[in-house]
Amino acid sequence: MSLGRLLPFIGFALIVALLVFGLRWNRTHDMNWVPSPLINKPAPEFTLPLLYDSTKSVSRKELLGKPWLLNVFGSWCVTCQDEHPVLMTYAKKFGVQLIGLNWKDDPDAAKRWLAQFGNPYDTILVDTDGKAGIDFGVYGAPETFLVDGQGVVRYKHIGNLTPESIARELDPAIARLRTERP
Amino acid sequence: MLPELGQFALILALLLAAVQCTLPIWGAWRGNPALIGVARPAVAGQAVFVVLAFGILTWAFLTQDFSVAYVAQNSNLSLPWYYRFPAVWGAHEGSLLLWILILNIWTVAVAAFSRHLPEALMARVLGVLGFISCGFLLFTILTSNPFLRHLPALPDGSDLNPILQDPGLIMHPPMLYTGYVGFSVAFAFAIAALLGGELDVAWVRWARPWTNVAWAFLTLGITLGSWWAYYVLGWGGWWFWDPVENASFMPWLVGTALIHSQAVTEKRGSFRAWTLLLSIFAFSLSLLGTFLVRSGVLTSVHAFASDPRRGIFILVFLGIVVGGSLLIYALRAPKVAGGKAFRLLSRETLLLVNNLMFVCAAAMVLLGTLYPIIGDMLGVGRISVGPPYFGFVFPLLMLPVVLLIPFGPFFRWAMADWGAAWRSLRPALILALAATIAAALVFPHAPLRALMGVAATFWVGAGIVAYALRRWREAPAGRRYTPEMLGMILAHFGLAVFLAGVLITGATSVERDLGFASNQTQQVGGLDFRFTGVARVKGPNYLADQGTIEVRDGDRLVTTLHPQKRQYSGQQMQSIAAIRGGVFRDIYVALGDPLGNDAWGVRIYVKPFVRWIWAGGLFMLFGGLTAAADRRFRAKRAEADAVAPAAVPAQVSA
Repeated sequence: MSLGRLLPFIGFALIVALLVFGLRWNRTHDMNWVPSPLINKPAPEFTLPLLYDSTKSVSRKELLGKPWLLNVFGSWCVTCQDEHPVLMTYAKKFGVQLIGLNWKDDPDAAKRWLAQFGNPYDTILVDTDGKAGIDFGVYGAPETFLVDGQGVVRYKHIGNLTPESIARELDPAIARLRTERP
Repeated sequence: MLPELGQFALILALLLAAVQCTLPIWGAWRGNPALIGVARPAVAGQAVFVVLAFGILTWAFLTQDFSVAYVAQNSNLSLPWYYRFPAVWGAHEGSLLLWILILNIWTVAVAAFSRHLPEALMARVLGVLGFISCGFLLFTILTSNPFLRHLPALPDGSDLNPILQDPGLIMHPPMLYTGYVGFSVAFAFAIAALLGGELDVAWVRWARPWTNVAWAFLTLGITLGSWWAYYVLGWGGWWFWDPVENASFMPWLVGTALIHSQAVTEKRGSFRAWTLLLSIFAFSLSLLGTFLVRSGVLTSVHAFASDPRRGIFILVFLGIVVGGSLLIYALRAPKVAGGKAFRLLSRETLLLVNNLMFVCAAAMVLLGTLYPIIGDMLGVGRISVGPPYFGFVFPLLMLPVVLLIPFGPFFRWAMADWGAAWRSLRPALILALAATIAAALVFPHAPLRALMGVAATFWVGAGIVAYALRRWREAPAGRRYTPEMLGMILAHFGLAVFLAGVLITGATSVERDLGFASNQTQQVGGLDFRFTGVARVKGPNYLADQGTIEVRDGDRLVTTLHPQKRQYSGQQMQSIAAIRGGVFRDIYVALGDPLGNDAWGVRIYVKPFVRWIWAGGLFMLFGGLTAAADRRFRAKRAEADAVAPAAVPAQVSA
């Protein structure tokens, strides 16, 4: 038996290993926190139009002064649909404003998506070509950034927020910002 | 009493499946005709009990026996009788039973139409099919019993998900499963050939019509699903790269590669190992799709309620079936490449490129679909790559296919004459360029993608028409088109039609979300839309707000549309779009939310050529069925006849 003939089997074994991991992971794990080169660095500059009024835009400077959360989402993103009910529940409980970054998406599709599932965001910025996403180092949707009043990224979460990850990481991170403030 | 009988029937079917997958294979190995003879009766018996179980579940829905938990969860008293049939497969347990039913129908068909084939081979084929059936029956009985009682019986059930209450859904899952499951036949033939060591090309000829039919049904199932998403989900799109759509699309891509590679192996003897491998892949991807959809490992709009035991069971079964068959392949696949030699410029090379592109595309879709799990594994978090990824990579992989496909029929086996093929295709190229320039002149603002759509459509379409015309001119009457060739012409023409739909719709659709006051008129895509208000209407099991919108082109009334927003008795809402369809343009109107003062939000799409997408799918469907009807596949022939003269046009014309 030549090695070449075994290759399909080896490939399949790798896929099965991946799927076993996926099943186990689903049951045992929660989203893990990933260090990002942006943590404790100033958030990148941006000026982005608003989803519901494309004539207006918001820039990083205008957000200085108060902490804010940036949640990257797209109507095409299936995991975002998973995360959505969590955001609907927690948006008002964070105590900081929640800004949506509609990433690589068709604005009309995003509006329909939000009309169907509800809009948890205080403000939604549009990043159709994904340039702001590149500046923020976005891997994929969803991702969430916590930016403090000085415009510094303090926390980053890749993947969907869950009640557990919020309780364990995001809420304490927001609470830390409060204690820092005089 | 009846539901218990249904469960009993399932258990008996399982026992017969166990017999079917052991004794005949054992008999074929030992050369024992008595054991080989067990195969067909076991197939028949198993099918009887599966049909009985399915019939009993259907009967429970028709008579609204809410003491059966599955019936109570998926229907209620107000559900009209014609939706009680699709309700049978409206959720996990019943759709699994449908899967098994269809597998049994395929198996019975194979058993019935293969009496002229060697008995030992058929014993192995039916044994492999029995093994698959065994796994799924065990899965149903252990983890997903549709006959589970809920006692005391509920007075009324909850509702069938309203997006499933639609005529499209009566047909979509059965057609899709028929395709999915149908690849099990090619798979069984491949495994039987490997087990028996009969690696000549005869098994390929016998497997070909089954593969073509399965591919045709899968095409129909995907087309229906896309059509259903378009007019029921109300998003106006036709493909979303959702994990479940991908689960059906991956077997289709590999299946497309398979039907082409089977043609090479049958006619020329080349690509033998590759055809075996593709047969295994196509069905493996069907099983993998089943796993992805039902294990809850990925999330999707098609979510089935998931139970961790189910995921583990299917994964183990997947491991045994696919892992086992790939091991058998590694041990027994032919070591030396057989078949007739071919040059670089030949039909074989083109079909190899086709295979490579389609398999790469399937791998690309698989990678994108599994990406969230890969993300978890690498510790970068669960992220979805959606249309931004698929929409970029997939067209790149298909570009060579579109460019090369017209050459396929004009290239001869073994050694093609580039000059002759080029001369034959020059008119098609000129026509494609002329049509593109004409389109650019008539519609000076047409986007580049739409013009590319025109060019691709004419190139592929005129290329295949040129081939059909040449056969008409050069072959003697009565021998012009074999069904196999006609099937190829239809399917390739379908691709041309499909390309027009995809590229022109994608580039020129207009989509607007507008607020309309009563009797207000607004313009979208050159048409005037006048909203005259909303009225309450009552359906069999819902109340609806029905809007009325008049569409005018200048002074001419094009149509009056009545989109609805339905409130079902189970408190579920569903928007029903109103569509004025046309060959060159769809007008699509959906009712949004009330904005106060009799004003309503309305979503309006104008989508040129969108129907061509599904029309292309239908052409491919008929192509697949026509090719499967070729006489060559039915008659028992010596191997020497495998190279049918009609399949090599240039020889006939010479």
